[in-house]
Amino acid sequence: MSVTILYFARLRETLGMTQEKIELPAHAASVAGLLDHLRARGEEWHAALAPTQSYRVAVNQDMADITTPVCDGDEVAIFPPVTGG
Amino acid sequence: MPVRVQEADFDLSTEINAFRAGRPEIGAIAVFVGLVRDVNVGSAVSGLTLEHYPAMTQKALEGIVAQATQRWEIIDALVIHRVGHLQPMDQIVLVAVASAHRGDAFHACEFIMDYLKTQAPFWKQEQTPDGARWVEAKASDDSAAARWIKK
Repeated sequence: MSVTILYFARLRETLGMTQEKIELPAHAASVAGLLDHLRARGEEWHAALAPTQSYRVAVNQDMADITTPVCDGDEVAIFPPVTGG
Repeated sequence: MPVRVQEADFDLSTEINAFRAGRPEIGAIAVFVGLVRDVNVGSAVSGLTLEHYPAMTQKALEGIVAQATQRWEIIDALVIHRVGHLQPMDQIVLVAVASAHRGDAFHACEFIMDYLKTQAPFWKQEQTPDGARWVEAKASDDSAAARWIKK
C-alpha cells in the first residue's frame, strides 16, 4: 500500500527529507510497523527514529501512537515534540 | 470559534473589538498574548522562525477549542498563531475567551494555551550568536497540560 510521509523541524533536517511516498508492506500496517520499516534504511534512520528518541507521529493529521493503524493512502507525519505558543 | 494561522501581525484592540461586537451577553474576556523574548536558555535570541504542519495546525487548534467549549461555559473563543520569521518583542500567539463570568474565561484560556503548547504542530527555531537551534520541548509544558486531565 502507498503511504505519504512528512517530516518536520529537526527531524526533517536530520533525515534530509521533507516528504516522500513509500510502498509499505501489508504486514507493517501500523505506526510501529512503519517506523520499523524506516529504521531498516540504515544507521541514520535507526538512530533518529529509535524508541528512546523523543518524537511524535500523526496519522491523517491526528496525533497517533505506535498502535495506530496505517492504511493505503494515509498521510503520516513524524516530528519532534511541538514547541509553539 | 475562529482559529487563524498567519504570518501577519495582529492588533489586539482590533481583534478584541471585533470579537465582542454585538454580543451583549459577554461579561468577561480573558486574553493571553505570547511574545518573542530576546533570551532563552542562557543565550541571546535575535530572531525566531516558526515552522508548522499546515494541514494539521488548523484542525488541532479547532479540536483544542472544541474541548474547552465542552468543559466550560464559553460564548466564543479566538486563537491566532503566527508562523514564519519573528523578532524579539513580536507577538506570537493570541488566545481570547469570552464568557458570561470570569471563571470560565480564565480557565478555558489557560487550558487552550496549555494544550496548544503540547498538541499543536508548531516548532520554533531560534537564531542565537552560536547559530540557529531548535527549541527543545519542556517537561513543564507537559505537566501544565496534564493538570487538566480529569481524574
